[in-house]
Amino acid sequence: MTQYTRVDPPEGYSAPGFFATSLDKVVGLARKNSIWPLPFATSCCGIEFMATMGANYDLGRFGSERLSFSPRQADLLMVMGTIAKKMGPILHQIYEQMAEPRWVIAVGACAASGGIFDTYSVLQGIDKVIPVDVYVPGCPPRPEQIIDGFMKIQELVGNESLRRRYSPEYRALLEQYGIK
Amino acid sequence: MEQTLIQTSLKEKFSAEILSIDENSDMLTVTVNKSCIRELIRFLKDELGFVFLTDLCGVHYPDKELALGAVYHLHDLSRNIRIRIKAFTSTSQPEIASITDIFSSANWMERETYDFYGIEFVGHPNLIRILNVEYLDYFPMRKEYPLEDATRTDKDDRFFGR
Amino acid sequence: MEPSEKEHLLEREHILIRPEDYDKNFSTLNLGPTHPATHGIFQNILTMNGETIIDAEQTIGYIHRAFEKIAEHRPFYQITTLTDRLNYCSSPINNIGWHMTVEKLLGVKTSKRIDYMRIIIMELARITDHLICNSVIGVDSGALTGFIYLFQEREKVYEIYEEICGARLTTNLGRIGGFERDFTPSVIAKIKEFIANLPKALIQFEKLLLRNRIFMDRTIDVGGISAERALNYGFTGPCLRAAGVDFDVRVMNPYSSYDDFDFTIPVGTNGDTYDRFCVRGEEMWQSIRLVKNALENLPEGNFHMDVPEFYLPPKQEVYSKMEPLIWHFKIVMGEIEVPAGEVYHSVEGGNGELGFYLVSDGGRTPFRLHFRRPSFVYYQAFPEMIKGSVLSDAILTMSSMNVIAGELDA
Repeated sequence: MTQYTRVDPPEGYSAPGFFATSLDKVVGLARKNSIWPLPFATSCCGIEFMATMGANYDLGRFGSERLSFSPRQADLLMVMGTIAKKMGPILHQIYEQMAEPRWVIAVGACAASGGIFDTYSVLQGIDKVIPVDVYVPGCPPRPEQIIDGFMKIQELVGNESLRRRYSPEYRALLEQYGIK
Repeated sequence: MEQTLIQTSLKEKFSAEILSIDENSDMLTVTVNKSCIRELIRFLKDELGFVFLTDLCGVHYPDKELALGAVYHLHDLSRNIRIRIKAFTSTSQPEIASITDIFSSANWMERETYDFYGIEFVGHPNLIRILNVEYLDYFPMRKEYPLEDATRTDKDDRFFGR
Repeated sequence: MEPSEKEHLLEREHILIRPEDYDKNFSTLNLGPTHPATHGIFQNILTMNGETIIDAEQTIGYIHRAFEKIAEHRPFYQITTLTDRLNYCSSPINNIGWHMTVEKLLGVKTSKRIDYMRIIIMELARITDHLICNSVIGVDSGALTGFIYLFQEREKVYEIYEEICGARLTTNLGRIGGFERDFTPSVIAKIKEFIANLPKALIQFEKLLLRNRIFMDRTIDVGGISAERALNYGFTGPCLRAAGVDFDVRVMNPYSSYDDFDFTIPVGTNGDTYDRFCVRGEEMWQSIRLVKNALENLPEGNFHMDVPEFYLPPKQEVYSKMEPLIWHFKIVMGEIEVPAGEVYHSVEGGNGELGFYLVSDGGRTPFRLHFRRPSFVYYQAFPEMIKGSVLSDAILTMSSMNVIAGELDA
């Protein structure tokens, strides 16, 4: 008999026929269970991502069955693998093309901090060029770890305030990276 | 037996240009003057049957006078013999003739050697950097340059044992 | 396009421009570094005449991690972390190839048991590499099912790797002189079970694609190359064998006791995408045969040779005797020196001849280490292979060449 946990509904007022809660909770609930990731797979972590999308670990259970390779249609930029300095501007361009709200997950040691490649040609962490929400360590991280990072993103997505993307702090963050 | 035949035919044709022949390594290694590299490779391909260019790479011996070297590995597929050719040049005049028209696989291999060591292959159709960024202004694999990025400011030396 | 640019194109011999095209405007399409169908990040700027491709300008190096420079700063047994990440789909082959290179330099001859264990692991790695490549050719032509089924087989091999060395993908497997631990009975049982169940999955996959009319129409006579051009371009591995040349490093320069075994080398005729697909499929069957034979005939013996420089001695001895203590200190502090010399050793990787050119000056780290990476050498031929074809054919050609970005850029 499988154990399962039933997720509680968000706080709100319910009566027969309706359920009243705040808008950001409903929007967060809808968004977090239907994230469309953009797999920016460059190297070995990309193969572990392919395993995560495969039948054994199945990222599709979390609502991200439809991978979007076009940044304009994607919610989550999953950067998996080493980003070299040559690739940095391209990553920046891809991030700029994404529409709000957008999140970034850095999968693997190379994306998070340059990994084992402390060399003249490797970007020491993608947070030098784009803002990152979740870092998943590992070289490469096991699919369970990637899913754990993904679930943290889901938490962030579900709890995000509707006004966050218009706030001055967020604007300042984007200014720091040179993103309009 | 095959090795001695190859050695004799090479010595016959290129006696002036061969600087040394080493038989004790894992394969026959011939060090030559860089001026004869094109004729030598063409001779090896057409006359002696070394039809396959396995590898072309660079090497840097900073203590020697002719510091930069290009190392060619060739393979005779029908008789299963490998040979290694080395040609050295100085850092001030790093030109070696290109063999792109003899072996098409040398195209990118010479670009990679140029990218890493700065050896200029004369006659190469498109000698630009291949792996590093275009605006890199030095040749990174030379021994005088460090591995890590010298422009980083965020490393705390206390944690890195310096 | 300017007239001078057109002339520049005409100079390159493999460009397909007919006289009636001289006044047309050619368009440029950027098959950019991030593209769903290019498996890995490399850029092709295609010059197209409508739908037909005339030329491709390639840019690589988007994942250049300076392996050869890093290798000059790492002790010899730490280089496996770099070789892992060359062709990361079949990392044990790279690791064992590196170990054999250093053993060649040291003059260490491994026992039969070690050789057979290495053959088992290398052939398992070759199977996983070809599983990815063939299923991804299916994905690129629209057949996603094969990918999902074959990836399950890869998961089983991951479990075997985990039992042997603890990691799934970048395995860092083995030591110079053998292995870190022997095959336990559960490893042998898992390998036997995998080899028993893989044929069923392969037959299912082949039923989907091998004689599928649509797949054959999409891949026959697409991206072909002749044997002479392939040899000139330095092709090795399945791409060369598909063109008709039976050059396999396992047979030409046998290493690790491959000459004890009897296996066939599949060879194609046209050098097109369908031949590459079939050659890889048949190589998987031959690898199954090799693993089965090696497992049945696995001799007894030690799992590592007597090279105290590269083996951490057992802890009881480190705490009680002098010499193991010294070896332990030297190994952990990276003070092991290797004799001077130079050596070139190559193994048959998933993509072809993976070579290691090692120059040692007697120090703790290699003086010069160069990786002869097969996909770097043969990817140069891509513009010639796709001239005159349409974009979807170019995509299939690229995926059938199995260009792994880690191996391309090193």
